[in-house]
Amino acid sequence: MATETTLEITLEVARYRPGVDTEPTLQSYQVPLREHWAILDGLTYVKDHLDGTLSFRWSCRMGICGSCGMTVNGEPQLSCATFLTDYAPGPIRVEPLRNFPVVRDLVVDIDDFMTKLPKVTPWLVREVQSPVEDGEYLQTPEELDEYQQYSMCINCMLCYSACPVYSLEPDFLGPAAIALAQRYNLDSRDEGADERRDVLSSPEGIWACTFVGECSAVCPKGVDPAGAIQRYKLTAATESIKELLMPRSRSRR
Amino acid sequence: MANYHDVVVVGGGGAGLRAAIAVAETNPALRVAVISKVYPMRSHTVSAEGGAAAVAGADDTRDEHAYDTVSGGDWLCDQDAVEAFVAEAPRELLRLEHWGCPWSRQPDGKIAVRAFGGMKKKRTWFAADRTGFHLLHTLFQTALSYSDIVRYDEWYVTKILVDDGRAYGVVAIELATGRIETITANAVILCTGGCGRVFPFTTNANIKTGDGMALAYRAGAPLKDMEFVQYHPTGLPFTGILITEAARAEGGWLLNKDGYRYLQDYDLGTPTPDPVLRNMELGPRDRLSQAFVHEMEKGRTIDTPYGPVVNLDLRHLGAKLIDAKLPFVRELCSKYQNIDPVRELVPVRPVVHYMMGGVHTDLRGATPLDGLYAAGEVACVSINGANRLGSNSLPECLVFGNRAGRAAAVFAGRYHREVPSSIVAQGRDEERRLAADLGRRVEGHQRIADIRTEMQATMENGAGIYRDGDSLTKAAHELAELRLRFQHAGIDDHSTNFNTELIAWLELGFMLDVAECIIDSAALREESRGAHQRTDFPARDDEQFLAHSLVRRQPDGSSRVGYLPVTLTRWPPGERVYGR
Repeated sequence: MATETTLEITLEVARYRPGVDTEPTLQSYQVPLREHWAILDGLTYVKDHLDGTLSFRWSCRMGICGSCGMTVNGEPQLSCATFLTDYAPGPIRVEPLRNFPVVRDLVVDIDDFMTKLPKVTPWLVREVQSPVEDGEYLQTPEELDEYQQYSMCINCMLCYSACPVYSLEPDFLGPAAIALAQRYNLDSRDEGADERRDVLSSPEGIWACTFVGECSAVCPKGVDPAGAIQRYKLTAATESIKELLMPRSRSRR
Repeated sequence: MANYHDVVVVGGGGAGLRAAIAVAETNPALRVAVISKVYPMRSHTVSAEGGAAAVAGADDTRDEHAYDTVSGGDWLCDQDAVEAFVAEAPRELLRLEHWGCPWSRQPDGKIAVRAFGGMKKKRTWFAADRTGFHLLHTLFQTALSYSDIVRYDEWYVTKILVDDGRAYGVVAIELATGRIETITANAVILCTGGCGRVFPFTTNANIKTGDGMALAYRAGAPLKDMEFVQYHPTGLPFTGILITEAARAEGGWLLNKDGYRYLQDYDLGTPTPDPVLRNMELGPRDRLSQAFVHEMEKGRTIDTPYGPVVNLDLRHLGAKLIDAKLPFVRELCSKYQNIDPVRELVPVRPVVHYMMGGVHTDLRGATPLDGLYAAGEVACVSINGANRLGSNSLPECLVFGNRAGRAAAVFAGRYHREVPSSIVAQGRDEERRLAADLGRRVEGHQRIADIRTEMQATMENGAGIYRDGDSLTKAAHELAELRLRFQHAGIDDHSTNFNTELIAWLELGFMLDVAECIIDSAALREESRGAHQRTDFPARDDEQFLAHSLVRRQPDGSSRVGYLPVTLTRWPPGERVYGR
C-alpha cells in the first residue's frame, strides 16, 4: 500500500451554497489514486482529511440505497459504483445531479420526485383484501418475471437527471415514477391499473415522453423505464380504442 | 401546538415503517410522524440480502424455529420473546406478501424458502438476494398509501425530551435548512438500527452510528447485552461489503489457502458436496468467524493488502443458479472486487455486521422509560441472545415494529395532546445548545475523522472476535482519552444548510457513548458465550452469567453495569451442537 500513496488524482468538485454564493464554483482536491477506490472514497477522503465543509449524501456504499447519485465527467452516476482508476489520469469533475435544484454542493433537492411518486399509486391495490390467514396470493416465477425488473428501481434519480423531457417539462412524472407504476400494473396480484390510468395517461404522464431512452441507458440497476413507458403507451392506446367501441363506466374512480 | 404528534417514530427503515403503519392501523385518529436522517428508502434495511425466517412448510414447526434461535443465541435469548417472535413471523411475512413484496416463488406460485445458517429447516423466505431492498421498498411504498403518516425526511434527532420518567418527544435538525425544532409527542418509538460504524471494518452503512442507542441511554433508558457484537464471516476485503450467507446456503464452500474446507476442524461437522443444515458452512456466524481467527493463527489464511482472507468458492454452483438466486452477489463481486464468482474464488474475511444488544425493551417494545419504545436492531428484546441467526433480523423488524407500534398507539391514545411546559423549556435549551455547537470554533482543533478512526481501531483491538481483560481495560482507557479529545473537536462548517460536518460531529458523540457501553459490558462479563469470547474466561458460565447485562448512564456521565435474569420457558441451557 505504501507505494500507492504517491499516486494522486484531481477531483474538481462543484461547490455551491444557495443564498450565499452567486453561482457554483469548482474546487480542486488532490486525492490518492488507489485500486478499488470509488469516486465516493475520494470524496470521503476530502471530507475527512482536506475539507470538512464539503457536503454530499452517501450511505450504503454498495449501490443499493440510491443516495449518492452525482454527475461525474458529465454523466449521471452512483459515486459509490464509479471508480477513480477508470478516470485516470484525471482530473475528474464531480457535480450535482442535473435537472434538480441544488441544496448545497453535491446535494440536490428531490422533493419533486417524492411528491410525484404517491400520485402513481405505487402500492398493491386489491378490490378485496384477503386475510393473511388464507395464505399467500399465488404468483408463479413467470408472473414474477413480468414485473421484476421494474421493482429494481432504487430511486437514485439518475434517470431524471438524464431525461431531456424532465429538464424542459418539470411537470413530467418522470421515468422512475412511471416504471414503478408499471411495476404494480404488471404484478399479477394487483388490481389497481384503472386507478393509475388517469395520471399515467395524462399529458404529464407517458405522452410527455419522446422516447429518447437516456433513462434506461443510465439506470445502474438495469431497469428499463423507457421500455415501461412505451409498453404503457400501447396499453393506453388499446384501452382508449376499447373505450371508444365499448363505452363503460370504470370500476374504480 | 404545531409540532405535536401523538406518536413519533425515529427511523424510517423496516422497523420504523412497520411501526408507523401499525400505529395508523391501530388507531386512525392518532397523528403519527416518521423522523429519519435519510429518506426512508435509503435506510440500511435496504442492504439486507439473504432473507427473512418464518415457518412456512408443513415439515417445519415454530418450536424448531424457536430452538434454533435459542441454541444459536447460546441460551441468552428470552424464550418468551422468541416464542412470540416465531409465532408472529409467518403472519408478518405474509402481510408483506399481501403488500406486494416480490418474494421468490416455487413453480406452483407458492413462497419459496431457502436454507440458512444455524437453521435446521428451510424456512428463509427470500427475494433473490435483495430481500432487504424489496422489503424496504414494499414497506415504503405501502406507507405512502397511508396519507396520514407525516414524514420528516432528512431530519436528525439529537435528544429525547424527558420529564418525570416519561418521554415526550424529541429535538431534531432539518438537514436542508438547519432549522432546529422541538417535536413533542405522547410516545416515541426508536427504530434507528445498529451501530456497526463504531468499528473500522463493517458491512454497515455510513448512517449506522448507534444514534438511537445513545439517545435512549442519555434519556435514562438502559442498554442491554451491548457486549454482543456479531462478526459476519464473509465480507469483501477493503470495502467490508456483505456477501450473503445465502451464498453458502445455496452450496458455497469456505476454503483456506490450501483449498481445504477448514470448518471441519472446528466441530462444525464433516464436509459433504451438497449443503447440510446446521452443518459446516451452515453453522452459526459466531462459530464461523471464530474459526477464521484460528485459521489465521495457524497461518492458513491468505495475506492481502487489506488483511488476511479465506476464499468463498461458488464456482461449482454454476452461472444459472448464481444468476437466479445470487444475482446481487455476482454484481457486488464484479463491481467491487473485479471478480466473477462463476469462475473465480471470492476473497472474504469476518466483518462487523450486527449488534445483538440494544435498548432494553419488553415484549411490547416498551423501554423502562414511559412513552419510549424501541424495535429492530436498535432494540434488545431479546430474541437474538449472544448470537443472532441469519435471516431472523428482518422478521424481527416486522414483528417487533408492529408490536411497538401497537403498544405506543394504545399508550399515546390515553393522553391529552399536551405536554408539560418543562418539556418545551428543555426543547429550547437543546435548540440553543445545537445553535452553539454549529457556531463552535476551536483553535487548532482535532479533526472529527481522526478521533473516529482511532475510536474504531480501539474497538477492533479491544473488543474484536476475541477479547480479554487486558484488551478491554486498555480500550476503556483509550476511549476516555478520546472522549477528552472530542471535547476539543471542532467543525469547519458553520453554515446552516445541509451541514454534514455538524451531523458527523453529533454522530461521533453518540458513537463514543455506544463504544463505552460495549467495552464496559464486555469487561464485566467474565465468561465466553456466543459472540462474546474471552480468552481469559473461555467457558460459558451459566451459574453467574445466564443473565442480560444492563448498562445505565450515571449522573456524572459514567456507565454502570447490572444484570437481569434470562427468561427461560421450555429450553433449558444445553450444549450448542452443530454438524453432529
